[in-house]
Amino acid sequence: MNEGLFINIIIGISVASAPLIFAAIGELLVERSGVLNLGVEGMMIVGALMGFVVQFHTESYFLAVLAGLFAGVVISSIFAFLTQFLLTNQVATGLALTLFGLGFSAFVGKGYTEESIQLIAAVDIPFLSDIPLIGPLLFSFNPLVYLAFFMVYVVWHFLFKTKQGLILRAIGDNHDAAHAIGHKVVLYRFMAILFGGAMAGLGGAFLTLVQVPIWGEGMTAGRGWIALGLVVFASWLPFRVILGAILFGGITILQLHAQGFNIRISAQYLSMLPYLATIVILVALRIRLKNKTNRTVPNCLGRIFHSTT
Amino acid sequence: MSNRRFSSFLKLSVLCVVLAFTGGVSADPVKAAFVYIGPTGDHGWTYAHHRAVNHLKEVVGDDVIVTEVESVAENSDSERVITSLARKNDIIFTTSFGYMNPTAKVAKRYPDVKFEHATGYIRGDNLSTYQAKFYEGRHVMGKLAGGMTKSNVMGWIGSFPIPEVIRDINSAYLGAKSVNPDVEMKIVWINTWFDPGKEADAANALIAQGADVLFQHTDSSAAMTIAEENGIYSFGQASNMREWGPNAQLSGIVNNWGPYYVERVQAVLDGTWTSTDTLGGVKEGWVKFAPMNNNIPFDVRNAASKAIIDIMTGATHPFTGPINKQDGTPWLAEGETATIDELMGMQFYVEGIDSQFPN
Repeated sequence: MNEGLFINIIIGISVASAPLIFAAIGELLVERSGVLNLGVEGMMIVGALMGFVVQFHTESYFLAVLAGLFAGVVISSIFAFLTQFLLTNQVATGLALTLFGLGFSAFVGKGYTEESIQLIAAVDIPFLSDIPLIGPLLFSFNPLVYLAFFMVYVVWHFLFKTKQGLILRAIGDNHDAAHAIGHKVVLYRFMAILFGGAMAGLGGAFLTLVQVPIWGEGMTAGRGWIALGLVVFASWLPFRVILGAILFGGITILQLHAQGFNIRISAQYLSMLPYLATIVILVALRIRLKNKTNRTVPNCLGRIFHSTT
Repeated sequence: MSNRRFSSFLKLSVLCVVLAFTGGVSADPVKAAFVYIGPTGDHGWTYAHHRAVNHLKEVVGDDVIVTEVESVAENSDSERVITSLARKNDIIFTTSFGYMNPTAKVAKRYPDVKFEHATGYIRGDNLSTYQAKFYEGRHVMGKLAGGMTKSNVMGWIGSFPIPEVIRDINSAYLGAKSVNPDVEMKIVWINTWFDPGKEADAANALIAQGADVLFQHTDSSAAMTIAEENGIYSFGQASNMREWGPNAQLSGIVNNWGPYYVERVQAVLDGTWTSTDTLGGVKEGWVKFAPMNNNIPFDVRNAASKAIIDIMTGATHPFTGPINKQDGTPWLAEGETATIDELMGMQFYVEGIDSQFPN
């Protein structure tokens, strides 16, 4: 295998895993605050459509990316309103959000199936990408891929290095105690949900702006669900999201190249792998529960917060 | 009769005559339903069926009422969809191979409803099958590919390893080899008919492996956009994909189901419908071709045009011996052509294709 092919595989993996990184890091923050938002697939696909539509009409990548972000925010605000103010069941509302997002995007997207746009091109970082061997490998990614890595750092820094992040984690572990101390549980959760929506929308926009320049209904093809599993696989730790996304996203790419090399791995086994890995991690987490309290399910995940004071 | 009685009798008979005429003139329209594997916006396979349905509505007009259901997955849910359609329709067309068993099951339960299954092989008294000889079109595409490739590597984005796909791979490869003996075919399987992201990934992987002509057996135009972006060639699948590949599209197969749908719905209207197995190819007008790319040199274009004419007149058959199977065992002798049964059940590559056959 020559160097060109190797670089091509690495780039392919980066493009396959970036949408997962965006969606998963957003959902990670949401789940750390104690909210389980199953609507990731719906938010992603609406972001994909809006990114495509705005790019088609304005030919401005900046506006298109913002549109994807904003679409995710708007859609997730429905979820936030329903679960935080009307106190609906989070699982049911999240599933409804997924169905709504899929249907809404298919409906609005009907007029755009005939169009195509220009993809955002990868950039070579000056100087750094000229370093022999590792230069083209690490410093020639698409700008949105770098943004994904940056968002992981941002979320990590927020959660573990700021006071607000500490409060958010506290809310996720014990919302009654946090409320008793005086923190605004609903406000933190609402903002977290909007952030999660923004990231999911961005992940979806990545599909139509970087990976394939057309719109087709249902084109997220289950990536939202993989992102949800990814959050668990990462044990709710930000940097592990990158590891998991590369694993899950890379599997498809490697499988395609393996077929080209005539190495026969059954596609069905590889498709199962993300979900099997998630189950294994969940079991391992229960076993290690008593040791590391940081790496475990946020205690209040999915529980409705109803303040009586 | 008294005057009053006579006038009421006259009014009643006039009313009866009027009713008889209006009742008799409008016969019940045929209710036809279509089940699609993907969205009509895929601009590929399902779009071709949708175009044919529009043609049907144009030709038959008010005598047909059409229902189209898009994006029905090929699992047990399809049985539910077909059953609910069977309750209200006279004829149902299921347009993907994976609907075969569900269609057969529902056909047994609703003997008065007529079913038509595309690309399958199970038939019944009320279940017909229809299939287009895509392999004829692929053979012509192969001749173009063999003539235009510079790296001598062609790439195939495969969906599922069913006979139809294997047949098309073999046919395209034989067509390419007939003009370019050094050509090879790389094949990847993505286990879906429609997923633009995966199709794009597969296209990129094949390009990285050296392919400069792409074939697809999937339903969206993603691969064409990737080919256009990378400056290589590809073929439109089931529909003309020139919009996504103005430079990349060499030509393409355009599925033309319209005439068949009109014929079958008319048969239901006339009461002459029986269960049949219909195979239509270039000659019957089911397989048409997108216009050829201007950049194709004269001799390559000629070879392809000649192939189309030969297939249409029957002078050439894409599977004409001597052809061996991939492992070297002889299959067709010199001059021998493959039988329909051999083609419909094809589960082997021909000699010259290096890829391992998927299990």
